[in-house]
Amino acid sequence: MLEGKNALVTGASRGIGRAIALELARQGANVAVNFAGSEDKAQSVVEEIEQMGVQSVKIQANVADENDTKAMVKEVVNQFGSVDILVNNAGINRDNLLMRMKEDEFDQVIETNLKGVFQCTKAVSRQMMKQKSGRIINVSSVVGVSGNAGQANYTAAKAGVIGLTKSTAKEFASRNILVNAVAPGFISTDMTDALTDEQKDGMLSMIPLEKLGQPEDVARVVRFLASEDANYITGQTINIDGGMVM
Amino acid sequence: MADVFDKVKEIIVDKLEVEEAQVTMEASFKDDLEADSLDVVELVMELEDEFDMEIADEEAEKINTVGDAVNYINSTQS
Repeated sequence: MLEGKNALVTGASRGIGRAIALELARQGANVAVNFAGSEDKAQSVVEEIEQMGVQSVKIQANVADENDTKAMVKEVVNQFGSVDILVNNAGINRDNLLMRMKEDEFDQVIETNLKGVFQCTKAVSRQMMKQKSGRIINVSSVVGVSGNAGQANYTAAKAGVIGLTKSTAKEFASRNILVNAVAPGFISTDMTDALTDEQKDGMLSMIPLEKLGQPEDVARVVRFLASEDANYITGQTINIDGGMVM
Repeated sequence: MADVFDKVKEIIVDKLEVEEAQVTMEASFKDDLEADSLDVVELVMELEDEFDMEIADEEAEKINTVGDAVNYINSTQS
């Protein structure tokens, strides 16, 4: 499905990013695995990908840093020859009630989750414009659509990603670069494992499908958006949330 | 000087799909050569590659005519 394509997935050492990197590789793409701190985990993703018979490389970069992202894209192009697919997945959370939220907690989350998408998109844009083709898939969150108590910073960033996705889609459409977002709901990852049982029960009661999503549920939609099957889709946000937000 | 202009002209003709005769020093990218903002950004990228240089965003924003581009390139190459 994606044979010969070259992909860069940010925050790919674990969770949803890891599942996306593995899924793209499974479909034949070479995948660059970006990570911030978890080098060992990134290395094991690279090894898993290489076992599928495609190329992989791990690249450390702070997605919010202009120089880091430029260098990262350069390395991907050097290794693979092009960047056909960018998945902006890297994200952090610093949950707190708004009244208790420190300025720093707000800034950090906006920096990584929103500005990071901007920086990585800008860094690949030159290459994709030259290629006159490309796919950018941004990982937003369903709480960016619905809001969520205790996550003012996170939801603001994730809602921002949806706006960024739409503007980028409009700017790049004439160059055949398609930009879409996915908005995962309650997906079983390290980030959600940290929640209390009470919080989890509360979330489950809001999900019509009555179960958590798996990282692979998100990865398969990203794979679709990266494929030829999605040739006529741009600027959209697809909720992957078991029906939580309609 | 002439070399730079000829090279720039060649790139513009190729990128913007215009006639050579249209590409004069005075020609404005947007008004005379029907380029949109993204075309100009792309053109600047192409010139950067061709002349192996980096044009800062502030400088790139000042490039409105073919002459602006040629003069800027000449000023950096001397």
